[in-house]
Amino acid sequence: MNAESYEDYSVVPEGHSSRGRLERILRRGEFAITAELNPPDSADPNEVYERGGVFDGWVDGINATDGSGANCHMSSVGICALLTRVGYAPIMQISCRDRNRIAIQGDVLGAAAMGVSNILCLTGDGVQAGDQPGAKPVFDFDCMSLLETIRTMRDEGRFLSGRKITDPPRVFLGAAINPFAPPYDFRPLRLKKKIEAGAQFVQSQYCYDIPMLKEYMKRVCDMGLHEQCYILIGVGPLASAKTARWIRSNVPGVHIPDAIIQRLEGAENQKQEGKRLCIDLMQEIRDIEGVSGIHVMAYRQEEFVADIVHESGVLKDRRPWRRELNPGDAAAIEFAEREAEKLAVADT
Amino acid sequence: MKKPPAPVTAYKPSDTSHVRRQRARYSIRLWSVRRARLFEGVYNALADVFLKLHPVWNAIGYKRVEYPVMLVEKSVKSFLFDCRMCGQCALSDTGMSCPMNCPKQLRNGPCGGVRANGNCEVEPDMPCVWVQAWQGSQRMHASDNILKVQKPVDQSLRNSSAWLRVTARKAAERDAAREAAQ
Repeated sequence: MNAESYEDYSVVPEGHSSRGRLERILRRGEFAITAELNPPDSADPNEVYERGGVFDGWVDGINATDGSGANCHMSSVGICALLTRVGYAPIMQISCRDRNRIAIQGDVLGAAAMGVSNILCLTGDGVQAGDQPGAKPVFDFDCMSLLETIRTMRDEGRFLSGRKITDPPRVFLGAAINPFAPPYDFRPLRLKKKIEAGAQFVQSQYCYDIPMLKEYMKRVCDMGLHEQCYILIGVGPLASAKTARWIRSNVPGVHIPDAIIQRLEGAENQKQEGKRLCIDLMQEIRDIEGVSGIHVMAYRQEEFVADIVHESGVLKDRRPWRRELNPGDAAAIEFAEREAEKLAVADT
Repeated sequence: MKKPPAPVTAYKPSDTSHVRRQRARYSIRLWSVRRARLFEGVYNALADVFLKLHPVWNAIGYKRVEYPVMLVEKSVKSFLFDCRMCGQCALSDTGMSCPMNCPKQLRNGPCGGVRANGNCEVEPDMPCVWVQAWQGSQRMHASDNILKVQKPVDQSLRNSSAWLRVTARKAAERDAAREAAQ
């Protein structure tokens, strides 16, 4: 049990914009870890609890994707509502592809009411990338106007139309960055634009190219952007050289240098090597100036996240919040079992 | 028949619409719906001609012929029906009244907001596309086509030729039927 468990999460601390745990950790200057949850294709809440449970005690925030890659899954607002029920700190991703301004502003209020404290604003992949390419691409907002809209809702307590919100959503606002896609010299300026639009933290696309990241971060630090926003760099274990090649040619915006693929190919156990590579990358990223944390996207390898975080040692001695059994629950379960036994005895 | 004036209601939508009309008036579109039976015949004849030309399309290549045919289709249907080039024409199922002109782009019948004078909820001056469609369908031979449930629009087919797509499908069906018969 750590001191954090006794923090009062019912109030927004002075100078913070949310009640959330992620914002507190980042503002305290701790190195933060977030992870991406693979959303279920199911209506079973237990699948969400199980998939969130593998991160328990290892991450400071769980990203709930919003139809990532334009594929249909459980909604991010639904996943977040479930995760908050058991105390996890979800980061709700909102993509502009599927909903217009009316739906999105409503979802922001609904999510905040369910206890969501972090929102990540994305433009979203095009519909052609997913399993239903005939869908109507909405793109009413883009990530920038979405950030601005939610910031206005939070800070001015008004919808985009100007109508008043009685209790504004207290959310910590995030955005995405991709330092590994052209035009490279514009990328830091785009981050600046996002910060001006309201981004308080950013999570990056998968990073497999450290020199390129260093170049980007150098420019970001020269502009002083790392002091205006918390930068979390995305990493993920590659299952094999074949997967790496597939990702490179099929997932928009992912840059994997040849050296990485060669390293995987040369290994005896490619899966183990992929994990090792991820750990090495994390240790290198931790030492780059301006980086506030790491975002682990271990698609279909979520069970490795705890190992990866542990072995990389990026958390030092800190243990993120973990779910503890409510003593009341244990007593209730025991009571229920005793009653069931009594009934069984009575039956025979 | 003289159209009755729109009844006075408390309902006042905001004076904006995302639909930009090419023409301020709908007279040609409405005329086409009144001639639904004629256009049904014209369309069926045209479809037969296109099917007969299938070897020609095939020889040139459906992909290559797509653009010129699309331009012709677009100009003809835009003039007659205010076509929106959704690429999956439903005119013969919707009484020759193009459903993509509905501000909600409904493809399976009118919404509940139609005004008492048969005008659109969103654009008070426009006759409801689906009121027109119902009237048009009753003038056609295949008047039951309006009862078919239309699939969601495949947005990736926008600005492509529906005529050619239907021809290719019919040709494939015909060939399959011939093979099965042998």
